[in-house]
Amino acid sequence: MTRSSLATAPTRYGATAIALHWLLGLALIGLLGFGVYMTDLPLSPTRMKLYNWHKWTGVALLALSLVRVLWRFTHRPPALPVAVEQAMPGWQKLAHHGTHLAMYLLFFAVPLTGWAYSSAAGFPIVFLGRFPLPDFVPVSESLAEFFKLGHATLAFTLAGLVLAHVAAVLKHQWVDNDGLLQRMLPGRG
Amino acid sequence: MPKSSFLSGLALASTLLLAALPAQAQQQLVPAQSSIEFTAKQMGVPMQGQFKKFDAQVAFDPAKPATSRIRFTVDTGSVTMGARETDAELPKPVWFNVVKFPQATFESSSIKALGGGKFDVAGKLTIKGSAVDVTVPVTLAQSGASTTATGTLPIKRLAFKIGDGEWSDTSMVADEVQVKFKLALTGVGKV
Repeated sequence: MTRSSLATAPTRYGATAIALHWLLGLALIGLLGFGVYMTDLPLSPTRMKLYNWHKWTGVALLALSLVRVLWRFTHRPPALPVAVEQAMPGWQKLAHHGTHLAMYLLFFAVPLTGWAYSSAAGFPIVFLGRFPLPDFVPVSESLAEFFKLGHATLAFTLAGLVLAHVAAVLKHQWVDNDGLLQRMLPGRG
Repeated sequence: MPKSSFLSGLALASTLLLAALPAQAQQQLVPAQSSIEFTAKQMGVPMQGQFKKFDAQVAFDPAKPATSRIRFTVDTGSVTMGARETDAELPKPVWFNVVKFPQATFESSSIKALGGGKFDVAGKLTIKGSAVDVTVPVTLAQSGASTTATGTLPIKRLAFKIGDGEWSDTSMVADEVQVKFKLALTGVGKV
């Protein structure tokens, strides 16, 4: 890499990437909270409402995750600052890339298993109560049980990865004091 | 009353009774080839259900629809929507109240032939103690000895208080429910 390209290489995420990151991050936390709460409710109109909102938000999150991945492929994220990368031991670099890759996979796997669970349970998803989504698995009690367990397991796995992600951010911010978080904060470059 | 006049009275009564009934023998329902399904909408999501146990007394002559009669009973306790959770709810008082109203009935009052195997069957539909006058469009299809009557009747669930209390919110569960039936009958004359 030449000196001039180094000078122009981005050091921060772009505005779109930042917006998608925070929007989807908050939506994920909200969905997890909703999900844990609603599954313990007795059958009632409130529970049905929460289930539908959870499904609609999940579908929106799935679509936006696709946008996010396409955006990432067409807009390269900034490389880690040289100083930060040099300070990281090998296992941290592995964990850094592994966590991000796993989270991206789960951004799709969690909503897709939820969708499959809904279809298998005989409740096709009608987005916003208006737009019927196709069922890609048949109605079946055993499939419903399988996808229910899968959805919950993957969702909690994602929650664990998000916690690790946040813990790493806090470590960089307050232990390493390297300002890495600035790259993902909205505002001045 | 002397014995002879009692007997003649009985004979007269029987004659009158027979005259009141349509000439042909009663038709039989074939439950295995029949079905009663319904579709309800929950926040736009269509949900299918069915009644597994029902019976019909049919005295139907396609040539004389005016004197034909249909009486239909459905065991409300046989309702299923395919999920354990909903099946546990439906018999409860707020939905079908199966303990108090174990059966829903339809009793025809008049049958009108529309031609081409189509009929309008007017009558009283009673579910959960509420009776509503309805006209059921029925189409007959015959193959061999078997006659299949099909049709769809849209009903308003709240007219029968199905889904009462907190469930009466129609933005959650729509008021209109489509009831789809298929009844296989034997012994129906040629349409």
